[in-house]
Amino acid sequence: MSFDVAAVRRQFPILSQIIDGQPVHYLDNGASAQTPDAVLDAVRTYETTGRANVLRGVHRLAERATEAYENARVEVATFLGVDPLEVVFTGGCTAAINLVAYAYGSLLKAGDRILLSELEHHSNIVPWQLLRSRAGVELDMVPVTIDGRIDLEMLPRLITPRTRLISLAHVSNVTGALLDVRHVVALAKTVGAKVMLDGAQYAPHGPADLGSLGIDFYAFAGHKAYGPNGVGVLWARAELLEAMPPFHGGGSMIGRVTLAETTWAPPPRRFEAGTPPIGPAIGLGAACAWMRGLDWAGAHAHEMALVQRLMDGLQKIDGTQILGPASLQNRYPVVSFMLDGVHPHDVAQTLDSFGVAVRAGHHCAQPLMDRFDLDGTTRVSMAPYNDNSDIDALLTGVRHAARTLR
Amino acid sequence: MNDNEQLYQERIVALAKAKTGAGKLTSPTRTARRDNPLCGDRVTIDVRLDDDGRIAEIAHQVRGCLLCQASAAALSSVAVGRDKAGVAELRHDAERAIGREAGDPHEPFTAFAPVRAYKSRHECVLLPIEALQDAVAGASEG
Repeated sequence: MSFDVAAVRRQFPILSQIIDGQPVHYLDNGASAQTPDAVLDAVRTYETTGRANVLRGVHRLAERATEAYENARVEVATFLGVDPLEVVFTGGCTAAINLVAYAYGSLLKAGDRILLSELEHHSNIVPWQLLRSRAGVELDMVPVTIDGRIDLEMLPRLITPRTRLISLAHVSNVTGALLDVRHVVALAKTVGAKVMLDGAQYAPHGPADLGSLGIDFYAFAGHKAYGPNGVGVLWARAELLEAMPPFHGGGSMIGRVTLAETTWAPPPRRFEAGTPPIGPAIGLGAACAWMRGLDWAGAHAHEMALVQRLMDGLQKIDGTQILGPASLQNRYPVVSFMLDGVHPHDVAQTLDSFGVAVRAGHHCAQPLMDRFDLDGTTRVSMAPYNDNSDIDALLTGVRHAARTLR
Repeated sequence: MNDNEQLYQERIVALAKAKTGAGKLTSPTRTARRDNPLCGDRVTIDVRLDDDGRIAEIAHQVRGCLLCQASAAALSSVAVGRDKAGVAELRHDAERAIGREAGDPHEPFTAFAPVRAYKSRHECVLLPIEALQDAVAGASEG
């Protein structure tokens, strides 16, 4: 049975909107995806029937809130194929990476090395630069191939006995390239380095089986994975979480506090100081459950058919060039392109007038832009609810920009 | 007509394509660069100042969008002969054109009136002017 995109679209109320007489062609999912009824309902149920703080209260609303919050943790864990006690709710993907850079980073010594790549999002570069300033660790950068992939052939030369952590994008937020995780993990094991993946662009495309990947840390954002804004997830192996000191101090993350000293709660609470983003976490749990209910074999085939349609269409427009893998092999539905003679912002602004939402600019990946000497790209990022009409509207807009702006 | 045609009107596109002042000066008195960290646009302005601190020559390099290019070109067409105060007047013209200040802008800044409705693009118009202000800052003392 083929994938029923219309049935998926019906679950996303925002997509049926008409703005200024035009339908919404939402192709900026890599920045923030839209939210299905299942998520909106879960958040509304919490806000209207169980809104209270978690963990501390004994009243019925607090019980409901705590149960819903912890159930959300179980949903996320099931989605990732891991133990719920290894799932930490954070404020977002950036917050999750910063948590690791601070807490795991505090276990590192001057001269230890961390391996990143040229195509990382700033959120997987800057926290490590901050750690370098604090702790004197060294950063190494894996270069990027001409087709926008992390150059794994360079890995053996860059991994050293002092490499403690390799932190890479699971899927590039610019080129859509999918990382060969097993290859990275195998090399990391040769020197005992840990592996962290920035899963921001992978998680929205289906359940992951983290346990089988052999990695150590995983981060993703709720709002890119059909959940609410303001929540993200860090997954880490239990023994690593256990060894890590807290990042933030405050309520909920303590064992016992005296004026002289404080002991820490066990993970994951140790890393959830203060009142967590309860409603957003419940929404994210619902988003994970929603994603688990989707036919991902069908959805992924559908997404990649859209990528093919897009790439075929762009190739017919004079002066377009794709930054990223040219084939569908080991790539995800994020496609960046340049239109010769027209700045990406002008392409994106033109597309907006056709009802098409895309992202233009450096995509928080300035080192990657420097690598290719680009001002920026126009990025089309797809989700299972996108359809041919979205791609066709985009192609019409790009043709219009090519005709009028150069 | 769609919204896009309202923004990218002929005058703005013509200004950008004219590229007035695009390039570098061989021996500038001052050079200033401005970046917009949000979008990555970058403008570099060279000026040669005369003994009175007035702009004798101007050139610009823009790595940015059409609005930014159009603004740099517009600026270059009216900058020569101006001192720091004169450049500040151009800033007012640009701010008036995009509706951030009351009053009517002088030419050629009226071309930017369509940008008024697009707040996220205001900085595209202002970036070259900010760079020029940096370039002439302190010029009268120098």
